[in-house]
Amino acid sequence: MHMHKYEKIWLFFGIGSLFVFLAVLGVGAFAQGTQPPSCLTTIDPEKVDQTPPFDKPGLVKTGDNEYQLNIVASAFAYTPNQVEIPKGAKVTINVATKDVIHGFQIVGTNVNMMVEPGYVSSYTQTFDKVGEYVILCNEYCGAGHHLMTSKVKVVEQ
Amino acid sequence: MMNGTWKVDARDGKLAMAHIYVAFVALALGGLAGLLQVLVRSGKFELPAGISYYTILTTHGVLLGLVLTTFFIIGFQFAAVSRTAGTLSDRVRFWGWVGFWLMTIGTAITAFYILIGEASVLYTFYAPLQAHAGFYIGLTLVVVGSWISGFAMFAHYAKWKKAHPGQVSPLLTFMSVVNMILWLICSLGVAATVLFQFIPWSLGYVDRINVLVSRTLFWYFGHPLVYFWLLPAYMIWYAIIPKIIGGKMFSDSLARMSFILFLILSIPVGFHHQLVEPGIDPVWKYLQVVLTFMVVIPSLMTAFSMFATFEMYGRSKGATGLFGWLRKLPWGDARFFAPFVGMLFFIPAGAGGLVNASHQLNQVVHNTIWVTGHFHLTLATTVVLTFFGAAYWLIPHLTGRVMTKAMNRLAIIQTIVWSIGMIFMSSAMHFAGLLGAPRRSAFSTYGDAPQALEWIPYQIAQAVGGTILFIGIILVLIIVTNLAFFAPKGETEFPVAEVAEQAERTPLVFENWTLWIGIAVVLILIAYTVPFIDMIQNAPPGSKGFKLW
Repeated sequence: MHMHKYEKIWLFFGIGSLFVFLAVLGVGAFAQGTQPPSCLTTIDPEKVDQTPPFDKPGLVKTGDNEYQLNIVASAFAYTPNQVEIPKGAKVTINVATKDVIHGFQIVGTNVNMMVEPGYVSSYTQTFDKVGEYVILCNEYCGAGHHLMTSKVKVVEQ
Repeated sequence: MMNGTWKVDARDGKLAMAHIYVAFVALALGGLAGLLQVLVRSGKFELPAGISYYTILTTHGVLLGLVLTTFFIIGFQFAAVSRTAGTLSDRVRFWGWVGFWLMTIGTAITAFYILIGEASVLYTFYAPLQAHAGFYIGLTLVVVGSWISGFAMFAHYAKWKKAHPGQVSPLLTFMSVVNMILWLICSLGVAATVLFQFIPWSLGYVDRINVLVSRTLFWYFGHPLVYFWLLPAYMIWYAIIPKIIGGKMFSDSLARMSFILFLILSIPVGFHHQLVEPGIDPVWKYLQVVLTFMVVIPSLMTAFSMFATFEMYGRSKGATGLFGWLRKLPWGDARFFAPFVGMLFFIPAGAGGLVNASHQLNQVVHNTIWVTGHFHLTLATTVVLTFFGAAYWLIPHLTGRVMTKAMNRLAIIQTIVWSIGMIFMSSAMHFAGLLGAPRRSAFSTYGDAPQALEWIPYQIAQAVGGTILFIGIILVLIIVTNLAFFAPKGETEFPVAEVAEQAERTPLVFENWTLWIGIAVVLILIAYTVPFIDMIQNAPPGSKGFKLW
């Protein structure tokens, strides 16, 4: 089928930059390991409170400057509802819900994931800046959705 | 070759108008809900009488995202196939009315359960929030009604093909058929989850629901849904606007090729709405991200075609210089101006879409109000302004009236009002979203957190923009009511563009439906089979229903 010369040039550069863009995303994902949160671990949504590590929610030190932060989400709160993290700590955040779908977003960071009944959501984040960060639910979960919040305080070691 | 009737038959016109009336009633009510939402989110206003923000939000999404769009599109397409492939047969028209009434009754049932507060689950109705079964049953009727109308259009197309063996079908009919095939294939997903999961579960026949499977089926439908909204706007751009400006279509074959590409590429992409959720391997997410971005190709082709048409027309009128042709375009004609402004808004809208669908960048904006800002550019500006522009000739054509100069001027003002309102609202949403403000949330300062206080001023700007947009809705309702009932009697053209002389003959391969549907199905199977089996094999215990509002 005939295409106008200008259209060929237009599509050549358009599609060319598209593939460069996709290559950048692909290298980021597979060579540098920057993947979106995609934890495959499952959990019984009715037994979250009895299933480790969610039976004892909170911050756990797992290594030199490495931590695990386990959080239980339920309508309309996170447990614990406040947590202190030492500056520079590398924290693996695990979240599970006891009821409906919730969001888990730490404002001002890249931590942003869906929390769905039956699954553990997980993401590793290093907290480099001292300050107070709001955690909020960004997926509609019911009448008190906009009140569902918690906070992270990053403090000097 | 094009021997379709020049005027849509009055009986077909009635069918199309019935759809259009429902669409604009939905616009009025859904727009009012939108106004209340931006006011609540400004923090300066509370809903009276204990009305829930989330009931209003559900109403807004269902009426504008599902009802306005589907009704306008099906009404417009019935008019378009009748205009280009000849008057509908009595049988096709009968089934068109069956489809219309099923959709209308379904809408009424769903709206009833939303308004009595039994279904504040938003228009995406994510399990395990559980609405009254009536909400899901009403939605099912809407989808089934749309299927019947789709099959009525297919039957009309088949009859044309039979009467014209070996000929290329009229472009608008071809495009309507593509859009309804797209709709049919994608709505199978939402039908599956509603019929096999939500309805039995909400009626109490089964206790539990597989949440991830239901979301995956929903998003298998949810993204092509936006192309189902967009393609009718493209029909108007490709096949009607050239005629309105007095020019010719750049190329019939390239228009068909871009529609076929949309058919193939817009379905196996739902995971880009699920990028930050657990239970799906990131390799499959990335594959669907790549497929998502392939629609950039037909989008670039469309942009080229549109501006080529404009430039060719301008130069034929003696325009000189690089951009001289811009001055020759009919800026004072609302039938051109409204869709053209819609096209301009599609540039930032598309750019934002690239961000949303990016494997990693999505995490920055997911479920923030940035996303709301994005689809108020795509759907609520590009698509809707194009539909308004089409209504300005379609309604008087069907009702045997003419648009007066005063109404045309009001329609130009309407477009400007809409643009100003949207620039305020959508930009504020984009900026607030980057700061972290969530979408779909009532007013909250999150315990006066400093981070949250930063985005409150943007929410005031949203309220300003939203209020201006509501004025825009009132203006368009005035115009539409005038065109339907009060404008002077007369003949209005249903413009259909002809192809430019230098364009080539269109090959018949574009109507090889077995081939294109086959490719679409293969891509869907590649993108979904393995992750879907994974979801079922590794499924966690299901969820009981919750009513938390």
